[in-house]
Amino acid sequence: MKVTLADIKRGQQGVITDVSSIHIPLKLLEMGCLPGNMVELVQVAPFADPMYLNINGTHLAIRKETAIHILIDISNE
Amino acid sequence: MSKQINVALIGNPNTGKTSVFNALTGLNQKVGNYPGITVEKKEGICKLPRGVKAHIIDLPGTYSLNASSLDENVVIELLLNKNDKDFPDVAVVVSDVENLKRNLLLYTQIKDLEIPTILVINMSDRMEYKGIHLDIPYLEQELQTKIALISTRKNKGIDQLKELITNYKDLSVAPCLNASEIDTDYFEKLRQAFPNQLLYKLWLVITQDVNFGKIDRNEVDAINSFKTKGKSDLKRLQQKETIKRYQFINNTLKKGQTIDLNSAKDLRIRLDRILTHKIWGYLIFFVILLTIFQAIYDWAEVPMDFIDSTFASLSEWVKNVLPEGAFTNLIAEGVIPGLGGIVIFIPQIAFLFLFIAVLEESGYMSRVVFLMDRIMRRFGLSGKSVVPLISGTACAIPAIMATRNIESWKERLITILVTPFTTCSARLPVYLIIISLVIPQGRFLGLSYQALTLMLLYLIGFGAAIFSAWLLNKILKIKSKTFFVVEMPNYKVPLLKNVALTVLEKTKSFVFGAGKIILAISIVLWFLASYGPGEQFNNAEEIVTAEYATDNLSQDELDQKIASHKLEHSFIGIAGHAIEPVIRPLGYDWKIGIAIVSSFAAREVFVGTLATIYSVGSDEEETIKNRMAKEINPVLGTPLFNFASGISLLLFYAFAMQCMSTLAIVKRETNTWKWPILQLTIMSAFAYIVALIAYQFLK
Repeated sequence: MKVTLADIKRGQQGVITDVSSIHIPLKLLEMGCLPGNMVELVQVAPFADPMYLNINGTHLAIRKETAIHILIDISNE
Repeated sequence: MSKQINVALIGNPNTGKTSVFNALTGLNQKVGNYPGITVEKKEGICKLPRGVKAHIIDLPGTYSLNASSLDENVVIELLLNKNDKDFPDVAVVVSDVENLKRNLLLYTQIKDLEIPTILVINMSDRMEYKGIHLDIPYLEQELQTKIALISTRKNKGIDQLKELITNYKDLSVAPCLNASEIDTDYFEKLRQAFPNQLLYKLWLVITQDVNFGKIDRNEVDAINSFKTKGKSDLKRLQQKETIKRYQFINNTLKKGQTIDLNSAKDLRIRLDRILTHKIWGYLIFFVILLTIFQAIYDWAEVPMDFIDSTFASLSEWVKNVLPEGAFTNLIAEGVIPGLGGIVIFIPQIAFLFLFIAVLEESGYMSRVVFLMDRIMRRFGLSGKSVVPLISGTACAIPAIMATRNIESWKERLITILVTPFTTCSARLPVYLIIISLVIPQGRFLGLSYQALTLMLLYLIGFGAAIFSAWLLNKILKIKSKTFFVVEMPNYKVPLLKNVALTVLEKTKSFVFGAGKIILAISIVLWFLASYGPGEQFNNAEEIVTAEYATDNLSQDELDQKIASHKLEHSFIGIAGHAIEPVIRPLGYDWKIGIAIVSSFAAREVFVGTLATIYSVGSDEEETIKNRMAKEINPVLGTPLFNFASGISLLLFYAFAMQCMSTLAIVKRETNTWKWPILQLTIMSAFAYIVALIAYQFLK
């Protein structure tokens, strides 16, 4: 099932499928947010924003407004 | 003298790059600024085998050569400019064994610049714990380099790294992948247009939106005229390039690195479950802050009392030993009390920097950014504004520089504008001395009233910053694109050496930076207080003696009267009386007025100024605090520093913009005088009004 990164719950995992939106900063790609990589939602701050992610071993936090542009596949879950 | 090898240390943030720098250079390092900008420039000397020396530059941390901040620009500017005197003979890319994949992105980019590059894999002591195994010979072959597997924590591998640096000429300069495959036609055209240039260098100059001040302007213009692609096309190509590089890295690591997940243990998850928890996370953060303030108060008391009394007896000693005269007076009454006014705060400032260094080093600061982002955004700030606001408690200058990693200009500008409200270490001297004079001793729930007052002042400063941020967010009409990416590094026990060096470096620059101003002002003040125009000053002795001729005063009392008469009619006394009408409604006398005026240069001058003014003409050995406690309000006849005037002073210092260096930094960071002038007038006017209300209400 294809959803955006903003839709997943804490502890849930998915595979990144598309990051071509112009609203995604290059820096995020450079930190490993690329198609094919696994992503896991580790923790959320109050109001589910920002989101603390584990992307293939790199831990980082982004805001929900960026997460809605990252498409992921959670079919394997 | 044989030529030194120029070495540039490059790496992602949180890879322990600074630890490597410290391990290589030890105490042979200095911190300065890059000319024209306020990015910190750390350089040092390292002794290599066989008598060779290396000049090492610790470049700002960056994730790639695609710069998105001033700090990152420094890295590219140096690497693209062969004529720079610091241009590296060899680049050392520092990576962290747990994040090798991401770290290698930057490595492949630097390799493309055809600079000899050594790959350092740091934190190798964590490999076993994380179940990581590396095939070093394979990696060296694929990455076309030499690898130094080191652990700065266990002090392993540093000698091997030194050996590799010494023999840098043996390193290959061939790129490890062909990035131009992402758009063969385009790069072929580029190659034909500039046959003598390095392709990747051209590509960087084309794609970077930065000012390449040091690179030949004509060269860049010529390349820009070639620009045949639009912005979004270029961005897509950059995305492709990033993916391409990761493909290469993934393929390399597939064979070169094996990770046994079963043996990997993760402390991070357990710690983060508590430290970033919706309730516990905030509670722990608050307790940490509380502990810091209590510690600053309680731990620093003993060394401070010692320093205070030492300087008092030093003045006395100088007076006894040196022959009487103007010079002796200048030393004993001007220089020594002035210096004492700064040295006394070393213990507290060192403690503050110690805590900040530990929070940064341990990785906890990123969790605070995560916890606070949503809350801060309501006020027009970013979670990343928390770092400047917290380090603003040390000094607003590095704090304002620390705003550079805030991606949105509006959030960044607001952070810059409100950071001076946070209680910096220069306010600490003023707070501490006033609190100890006007706040009673005693404890509430084990915390002293005085410590609680200090905490309250910090909260007031923080509150003022947040409130004005909210206001600015409503007023400022700036559209800027916002994005927010923050790495959550692994937790680490801070390295003693790193923390100690940071504390030493920061305290030193505080003491010498502020010390110079304070010393100069103290000397000027002493002159102004020791000399005066006209009859009243020059004939003070006759006038006072005549006035009290019938009162039968002892010689001591008479001397006291003469001294204060002289001070009143000295240059400084005259100036002080001139401004007295303005500050009298706040509960201050002319001496405090002088101290306030001189502390517009720098706040910490306040105590030194009072120390100098009070010690002129006084012969007794006394501490600054005792002198202040003895001052009497000439109008009311009550102690000058009482609860009402004390609170009024504390509030004035909490809000007033009294720091020339901060104004200069704000000008530099915002590129206009508009913002610093606005800060100066609004903050100081607000401070005056609040202090006025407080005094009139409490007196």
